Amino acid sequence: MRVPLSWLREHADLPLDVDGRAVAARLVAAGLEVERVEAVGAELSGPLVMGRVVDFTEETHSNGKTVRWCTVDTGDGDPRGIVCGAHNFDVDDRVVVALPGAVLAGGFPITARRTYGHVSAGMICSARELGVGDDHAGILVLRPDEAALGADAGELLGARDAVLDIAVTPDRGYCLSVRGVAREAATAYAVAYTDPLAGVDPGAALPGRPARIESPERCDRFTARSVSGLDPGARSPQWLQRRVQLAGMRPISLPVDVTNYVMLLTGQPMHAFDATKLRGGIVVRRAVAGERLVTLDGADRVLDPDDVVVADSSGAVALAGVMGGAATEIGPDTTDLVLEAAHWDPSSIARSVRRHKLPSEASRRFERGVDPEAAGAALRLAADLLVRYGGAAVEQGVTVTGASAPPPVVELPPELPGQLGGRRYEPATVQARLRDVGCSPEPAGELLRVTVPSWRPDLRQPADLVEEVLRLEGYDTIPVTLPVAPAGRGLTTAQRRHRRVGQTLAGAGYVETPCYPFISAAVLDDLAVPADDPRRRLVAVANPPSDAEPYLRTTLLPGLLAAARRNVGRGSADLALFETGLVFRARPGAALPAPRLPVDRRPSDPELAALDAALPEQPRHLAVVLAGDLEPVGWWGDARPVTWADAIAALRCAAGSVGAPLEVRTATQPPWHPGRCAAVLLDGHVVGQAGELHPRVVGALDLPPRTCAAELDLDRVLAAGIDIVAAPRISTFPVATQDVALIVDAAVPAAAVEEALRAGAGPLLESVRLFDVYAGTQVGAGRRSLAYALRFRAPDRTLTVEETTAARAAAVAEAWRRTGAVARGG
Amino acid sequence: MTAPHRSYQPVEASPLNLDEVARMRESALQAVAAATDLAQLRDVRLAHTGDRSPLALANRAIGALPPQARAEAGRRVGEARARVAAAVTERQERLEEERDARVLLEEAADVTLPYDRAPQGARHPLTTLQEHIADVFVAMGWEVAEGPEAEAEWYNFDALNIGPDHPARSESDTFFVHSVDSGVVLRTHTSPAQARTLLTRRPPVYVVCPGRTFRTDELDATHTPVFSQVEGLAVDEGLSMAHLRGTLDRFAASMFGADIATRFRPSYFPFTEPSAELDLRCFVCHGASVGNPDAPCRTCSSEGWVEWGGCGMVNPRVLVACGVDPDRYTGFAFGMGIERTLMFRHSVADMRDLVEGDVRFVRPFAAQS
Repeated sequence: MRVPLSWLREHADLPLDVDGRAVAARLVAAGLEVERVEAVGAELSGPLVMGRVVDFTEETHSNGKTVRWCTVDTGDGDPRGIVCGAHNFDVDDRVVVALPGAVLAGGFPITARRTYGHVSAGMICSARELGVGDDHAGILVLRPDEAALGADAGELLGARDAVLDIAVTPDRGYCLSVRGVAREAATAYAVAYTDPLAGVDPGAALPGRPARIESPERCDRFTARSVSGLDPGARSPQWLQRRVQLAGMRPISLPVDVTNYVMLLTGQPMHAFDATKLRGGIVVRRAVAGERLVTLDGADRVLDPDDVVVADSSGAVALAGVMGGAATEIGPDTTDLVLEAAHWDPSSIARSVRRHKLPSEASRRFERGVDPEAAGAALRLAADLLVRYGGAAVEQGVTVTGASAPPPVVELPPELPGQLGGRRYEPATVQARLRDVGCSPEPAGELLRVTVPSWRPDLRQPADLVEEVLRLEGYDTIPVTLPVAPAGRGLTTAQRRHRRVGQTLAGAGYVETPCYPFISAAVLDDLAVPADDPRRRLVAVANPPSDAEPYLRTTLLPGLLAAARRNVGRGSADLALFETGLVFRARPGAALPAPRLPVDRRPSDPELAALDAALPEQPRHLAVVLAGDLEPVGWWGDARPVTWADAIAALRCAAGSVGAPLEVRTATQPPWHPGRCAAVLLDGHVVGQAGELHPRVVGALDLPPRTCAAELDLDRVLAAGIDIVAAPRISTFPVATQDVALIVDAAVPAAAVEEALRAGAGPLLESVRLFDVYAGTQVGAGRRSLAYALRFRAPDRTLTVEETTAARAAAVAEAWRRTGAVARGG
Repeated sequence: MTAPHRSYQPVEASPLNLDEVARMRESALQAVAAATDLAQLRDVRLAHTGDRSPLALANRAIGALPPQARAEAGRRVGEARARVAAAVTERQERLEEERDARVLLEEAADVTLPYDRAPQGARHPLTTLQEHIADVFVAMGWEVAEGPEAEAEWYNFDALNIGPDHPARSESDTFFVHSVDSGVVLRTHTSPAQARTLLTRRPPVYVVCPGRTFRTDELDATHTPVFSQVEGLAVDEGLSMAHLRGTLDRFAASMFGADIATRFRPSYFPFTEPSAELDLRCFVCHGASVGNPDAPCRTCSSEGWVEWGGCGMVNPRVLVACGVDPDRYTGFAFGMGIERTLMFRHSVADMRDLVEGDVRFVRPFAAQS
């Protein structure tokens, strides 16, 4: 809502010395979001006066241009000669004269100067030169009744003004009017307020054009007024055009400007029908399925049975509260009008606006709530303006349909403002502040019975009234007190572990890159994800940011791989990235839509469970992507390219940091290389995969060769971590080391051999470490040698050679039994 | 070392001349002094202290002397041998020191060689800032709540007093999951996690909910459709806006320094009543740009204040929907954008830097504790 300060002053008796910025600051403190204060006409200065063209002669000059040499009376008894290039005026017309010394819009200075053979003692101005409009085709010609000769035209035209641009929050619909903003401004300065609707007689209740409300749940008030004999050539007075223009609307014609002006002033939208185009009585009703209406913007719309229309006997003539119809639009020849003002259900209007994507000045107000009692008086104001400036006659009858509801009463415990504000508010203050916003508070026993004004549909419960008191007394008067919360339990175990995983990976050289959760189905094809894979249980977004990625991620890899590609494209080729975040998988058997639960009570646990059952599964995953070199080439030696082993190590490192040891098994799962893919298991269950990506995937996604990746169900790992680490018993007896080289079939996983060694070695084994892998002619084709260092130690004694040798032999025997491994050279 | 001996060795001892002993000693000492490295010294030692060295032979000859001469000769020879041995030891230590110094010098490395061998990892500032914020509240006794990102409309809107026809529920603001009438959305704020907390725990409740949120903004320098928020909720007996101010002032001070100025400005949110915006004194102009067209401030549009987040007293309707008695309990709630906070705190110039995952942007934040 754009409000010119000069207009505000007409209804709020603001001190003369306050400027737009000062008023804005007060309004901000009262809760109006003044986004901008626009100074208009600030560059205009010096004498700008109203003049009358006494006479003129036209002179054609050698450059082919015809100018007028005018005599203009500016009210000082000394008519002056002025050269004017425009031709759109007649003798006796009222014009604006910039006298020497004036400065016009754009900083253009006026002097008495010689031109076209005359000394021109000033300039006759166009609307654009005055900064009050865009018209520069001719000079600005005013109506004779607009101003006295010699009057300060700058003030009359509103050329110098400040415009407050206010973003109105949904609860303050009344501030979409000068009426509402002026009330706030008057309260903020504690000065007199003049309600523009106060004392306006809506008119006699003689029956007017017949109207009927068929959908009272959507419209509780419909009023109409007929105006006839309008002079089609009558223009809006300049001041009215100027106000409409400063408020951000375009002046169009007298009837349109008047309805807009009254809406801006009172907040009551209204519509003008061409009376000759209306057929029969008016009906307010729901649209019929398939009914059509061509609206004023020229769009042919198919209406929904949920839309409300104003109809005549021919059908819908307006989409109620949103936009009028083209068929009954007023035009340049319209002389007879029907003015309509009504009160519509805000939700109904909101739905129609969304359905037809048709926001309008009217709908914006109806959605936020219009004063249901304003319609009649607002119509009267509009009709009076059409009479005054358009020579029209107002027909006697006024159509009023619908009953006004009794004003709502809210019972306010008088101590509540103090309780919520954390300070004391005197009872008199509470009542005074409530009266400031238009309420009528009446003490009733221990409570305050507060009758709420018709223009404040947002005030319905005690807390709403408390806000009015608190904001008007000033939020800055609320004390600052730190509450003492009861002793908390700190972070949960899962939260602590989640942090630890991130810290561990960052410490291991990984960079965290959280990615958008939107993916395409095509990227799953690129990743070669099979049709029956859980990662294909896609959850769609109805209105995604990009139609190319309409699904929620079922795996973190698409986002991380895209981040890797972006980094490579920007010159960072060596990458170790990670992300922890939710993935989304359609829940099998989810009952959609989710139930709509009540809000007037706590839903039952089964009701809440039904709600959760409608949501997708959303486990938290961890993923890493590796590309290029893990260590660069340097003076220390060669580069170390990333390998499948690093991807597996990342998962083990992350899970190990919270005490959840992962078991590694050979696996074949897209998008990984079938020979370089590991499944990681926790307590025997697969919780993730790691390895090198399949070359085809690398190619399809345009990734660096040998890109590696891993993904893990982090929730399960976090849940499995160790709560309390059991302290080990450290033996101080000497260690006994025995090496063993085992020759096994190349297909036997090293993990199986190690597991067998551990099982066979018994309790004396302290650690086992694979220190060499050898494949070659010495061990035979299809076989390899695995060299292990076994360390033995007893808690209570120094082991004898016989003991360690026996343990080693037992380990080797178990390895042979389980995997066919044979000890090399023994 | 030679072992003590009591019997004659099969070496013929020369007659023991005491002057000769002195000469042997001097000769040995000179040789020791002349040894310039450890190898020479070893030869010298063998020659002058070994079993067949002159002094050793002299020592052996003592036994052949008449008994009355043995004591004197023994003393002289012993002294000489001791002095030579001491000289050898001393020289040995000296030469070893010299050798060690030389070797260490030869082993010296250029320790200014760059060793950027291990890559620098880092956590994303959105993550670390959320943890920092959580820590600030945990230190005040609050707890951290989490919830799903694909959320039921009931939690995201209805329970929070955002009615079915509220404009925020339109497709132009909210991402709908499955379809527009599925009742499931991508949460537009982390408040649903608060509602979940209230539904499962009895007051007093003091929780913060940091997390990811979604609104249909286009990605540009100041907007992103996927962003992060931290919301706080306190429900207890006797809570007031004074407590809200106290909490947020502490929060602001922990984020922006103890001297940050804040302002409460009345506003509107469906889930709070009364509601307020919390403004911070502009970080750039500190208010100097207000009414000063010569020095405009782009950060605060010359308003002197920048908006940080919304807050207010929990609307009693929300308490009712979550099963909390509004006559007994009051509550306050607040919500701040993490990206916005990061932009203020770290002068992030472009929102896109926070979402594109460029490692060059993230790595320096490894130093942010």
